Amino acid sequence: MRKILILLAALGFAGSALASDIGLVKVAKGAVQIQRGTAKIPATVGTGLQQADVVITGADGSAGITFTDNSLVSVGPNSVFAIDKYRFDTTTHAGEFEGNLKQGRLAAVSGKMVKQSPDSMKIRTPSAIMGVRGTEFVVQVDETKKN
Amino acid sequence: MVRYLWLFAAALVAAGCACAPVTPALFVVVPDAADGHIGKIVVKPNGGGEERVINTAYGAERVRGDGRVETTRLSEGEVKAIFGPTMDALPGRAMSYTLYFLEGKDELTDTSKVELDKVFADLKHRPLPDIVVIGHTDTVGGLEYNDRLSRARADRLREMLVGLGIPADRIQAAGRGKRELLVPTEDNISEPRNRRVEINVR
Repeated sequence: MRKILILLAALGFAGSALASDIGLVKVAKGAVQIQRGTAKIPATVGTGLQQADVVITGADGSAGITFTDNSLVSVGPNSVFAIDKYRFDTTTHAGEFEGNLKQGRLAAVSGKMVKQSPDSMKIRTPSAIMGVRGTEFVVQVDETKKN
Repeated sequence: MVRYLWLFAAALVAAGCACAPVTPALFVVVPDAADGHIGKIVVKPNGGGEERVINTAYGAERVRGDGRVETTRLSEGEVKAIFGPTMDALPGRAMSYTLYFLEGKDELTDTSKVELDKVFADLKHRPLPDIVVIGHTDTVGGLEYNDRLSRARADRLREMLVGLGIPADRIQAAGRGKRELLVPTEDNISEPRNRRVEINVR
């Protein structure tokens, strides 16, 4: 039993695709990390994402992610993007996607769950919350520049 | 040193005040890169205030550092300047293709053989594609025969994609027999548009 647990942990750290994955890193440039609990995993093309993961990019970093409902999200340089909630039912297309852009930039294209129910995808920022009614949009949260 | 202390004090005061500066944020609707469709977003400031709907190309909602919220519109160039590297990292969109087969065979029609090259051109640009290949038949023949034929068509297409260089572990194949007709027909009807394989890629 102990061996099995260790093996699973090792797989998790390697970022291999698991059944619980809600998305997959398809693009990774520069420094990109996934914070999962207290662990920080370097993200590369093929790293699986899970609910509650936080995507963190460096000054030269950017990452592109596909989710199981075909939503696309990219995170730009110097960004912190937390996936607070994600669930998607492949049969009914019902789901819930709550992202939290704490810092930096994000571009996204909504997927099947928004088509099914327009209230299902939200992006939080420190100053406002956005509901996504359809397709493509970008968001910037600027920590340094005070307008 | 004195200056730092002052900044620290100012931050403390600001944090305890209802009129505290907020973190600036910018939300922009971008025309869909695939079909030019203009979407819609709804933005609501955390500190209360009305919910605003943005539904124009490059239409934007900006939350300023002093807490003011304004509805505005950026140019395509301004969006590119701010979000260029971010948008460049967006993965390719999910796509679906349909290729057609000769009657009773797992061989593509001549038109679809040409089409396959275009499908492959798209697939090879995708790092780590997730591909699902689903075979279908028309209603000529029994259920079991068509289940086998649809699976053979899906497997054949999978082999062709692997032959072109797509890693085998990225492609799932399935057959749906005559259960999911593109063009509804009676039983035992030869219909070229039903003899097909769907290729779904993400």
